[in-house]
Amino acid sequence: MGRKEMIAMLLAGGEGKRLGVLTKDLAKPAVYFGGKYRIIDFTLSNCAHSGIDTVGVLTQYQPLELNRYLGIGSPWGLDRRDGGMTILPPYMKQKGGVWYKGTANAIYQNMAFIERYNPEYVLVISGDHIYKMDYELMLQHHKRCEADVTIAGIAVDWKEASRFGVMHVDDEDRITAFEEKPKNPTSNIASMGVYIFSWKALQKYLIYDEASRGSSHDFGKDVIPAMMRDGLRLHCYSYKGYWKDVGTIESLWEANMDLIADEPELSLYDPKWRIYSVNPNMPAQLTTETAQVTSSFVTEGCILEGTVDRSVLFFGVNAEKGSYISESVIMPNVRIGEGARIHRAIIGEGAVIQAGVIIGDPLDDAITVVAVDQYVAVDHELLEVEPS
Amino acid sequence: MKHKVLGVVNLIHETDELERLTQSRCLATVPFGARYRLIDFVLSSMVNSGISQVAVFAHTKFRSLMDHLGSGKHWDLQHRQSGLFILPPATDDIQEISRGDLYHFYQHRDYFERSTWEYVVITRSHMVCNVDFEAVINHHLEQEADITVVCKRETQPSPGKARKVKMEDDGRITSIQDHYGRMLSDIVSMEMYVMRKELLMELVETSLAQGQDHLVRHAIFSRLGQLKVHGYMYEGYLGVVNTLTSYYDHSMSLLQPEVWKELFYQPGPIYTKVKDEPPARYTSGSHVSNSLIANGCRIEGTVLNSILFRGVHVEKGALIKDSIIMQNGKVGENSFVSNCILDKDVQVEGNRDLRGTEGTPFLAGKKRVI
Repeated sequence: MGRKEMIAMLLAGGEGKRLGVLTKDLAKPAVYFGGKYRIIDFTLSNCAHSGIDTVGVLTQYQPLELNRYLGIGSPWGLDRRDGGMTILPPYMKQKGGVWYKGTANAIYQNMAFIERYNPEYVLVISGDHIYKMDYELMLQHHKRCEADVTIAGIAVDWKEASRFGVMHVDDEDRITAFEEKPKNPTSNIASMGVYIFSWKALQKYLIYDEASRGSSHDFGKDVIPAMMRDGLRLHCYSYKGYWKDVGTIESLWEANMDLIADEPELSLYDPKWRIYSVNPNMPAQLTTETAQVTSSFVTEGCILEGTVDRSVLFFGVNAEKGSYISESVIMPNVRIGEGARIHRAIIGEGAVIQAGVIIGDPLDDAITVVAVDQYVAVDHELLEVEPS
Repeated sequence: MKHKVLGVVNLIHETDELERLTQSRCLATVPFGARYRLIDFVLSSMVNSGISQVAVFAHTKFRSLMDHLGSGKHWDLQHRQSGLFILPPATDDIQEISRGDLYHFYQHRDYFERSTWEYVVITRSHMVCNVDFEAVINHHLEQEADITVVCKRETQPSPGKARKVKMEDDGRITSIQDHYGRMLSDIVSMEMYVMRKELLMELVETSLAQGQDHLVRHAIFSRLGQLKVHGYMYEGYLGVVNTLTSYYDHSMSLLQPEVWKELFYQPGPIYTKVKDEPPARYTSGSHVSNSLIANGCRIEGTVLNSILFRGVHVEKGALIKDSIIMQNGKVGENSFVSNCILDKDVQVEGNRDLRGTEGTPFLAGKKRVI
């Protein structure tokens, strides 16, 4: 097999606890986003557009639907003879098997996979973020800096900095300090969880980390700090553009709402950077005489007979006459009965909202979540998430 | 399907009065219904009925056909053992291209002989419908017919051109007329024929030996007395799309929710080549009513009683009414478009006024800038 310059390892085993009922039977990367996509489509499309043809997808939590969705990687051009997409779940070894204990351990357990391709560089990314990035440009930066590790960084709001790994960077983009989720952050340059490692360096530190007692086997908490301590060359690749971690109900809702602005920051219409996904092949949406649709994102297969404003509708949604949907995310094949009113909600796939149901209060900021396949009758109690 | 059935989509000499819409493409690939091509309807019907091998007899202008069908994978026709075959004319003499379909079947007789399928379903591409061919085959077997023709009783005369059929009470067909005939009958042929493969090969050879080379006009018409030719009545939605009026009228009937729900889903879904278009975006000033909108559209203006294919951009202040705008069309600021059919990539600049009339839509050819 030919040697690959860079292969990608995509961490897709996350449970997404903070997404509650939306990830009950679903891995976080498979959560729906943006009217027709799943979160993982963004990173896979980035790989496709960056010329990466070998991607290992590390799965662990609730992989059934994710595996079915990924298939052999055809939608992202990853059904290749040499390389392509390989799904890498934890497995049994001669001396027994273990779950992936952390991000670094997941890669450690798949060193044999990486070795098959004998790459110069390994790109480690996660399937949890919404952004468009050319990893090829990042690799060029990595080479130019003669770095051992390059971490993509983005300036975030100071208030939010403590949620991320933050970096101090000198004039030559070299990282001088790295802190994982600090209580009192002293920098607002956050790690995007996108790493390029020179494989030889990574290999050494994975083996070292595996043997260290007390390590949580995590890149941000253990491997990167260890490399910093040993004086390796860690560089930052600063990224300017749209990037969003959609790990919470609130951020998932917000990221969807970002799309419906008249001039959205994240454009999905760039013909050179299409976001690929599995297309459902449904008829074009029918907007009837009684419908009124403004500031919204609507996908094939919908029949709209009611009013839709500032909302994102996935495929196959049926909004019956007199229904009123505002500031909401309606996932695939949801049926909204006559006269139902939905405000600030995320409605899970296949849910049925009975006629006349009222969800959300226009005077309140709380986001209501309806679970997958839930049947909501008029007097049903629903889960509300107060904004933090 | 229990029985081994080969699907044949016959594009040879299809009646085509679609003017500019078929200037650079064949009838089979005329865009229809906001994201489909005409051939998608029979192809999907075949696949949904369990037919796993389909031969498309291409004839002329088939570049768009090859591009659209590709390997057949969008219709699940890319398998290890069967799948999609595109058979363009195989002839040394260029003049032979204009000969009838039986001649072209004969040229590809190896293909038929090699296949192990027992029955063939021969169709055209311009019948917009959703047919369960398994039911047709079962009917064919129950009636012990030699040939079964799928027919439709029309409640009102279709603006498309179809052959009329006379049928006895027991379902036997006693006469079929050409597209231009004046026979009184409310039953039309959907140009779908089921028969044993051996019978087809026999018809091909005997007809050609007699100097005749048209399947329906020669081989079937002249044998209505000897062969048991039966009709199968199709009850679903039918659009015979081979004239500009029928194209426009049947497109517009998709705006009725009952037609939309039936044609695209019953008995099975209609497939097409998928594109990675994002969802359609309606901006704050958009107004859309009674319209069919495909993915990838950006609507900043007003759209009434119209069909927008994938990637159409309607700018601010533009008004589109009773029109069909094909893929990647653009209607500029404050322009007015009514009763128009704009082919792919047509750009209507700002402040234009484009009007066809009811019954005679204005048709703009591919890539025109107005």
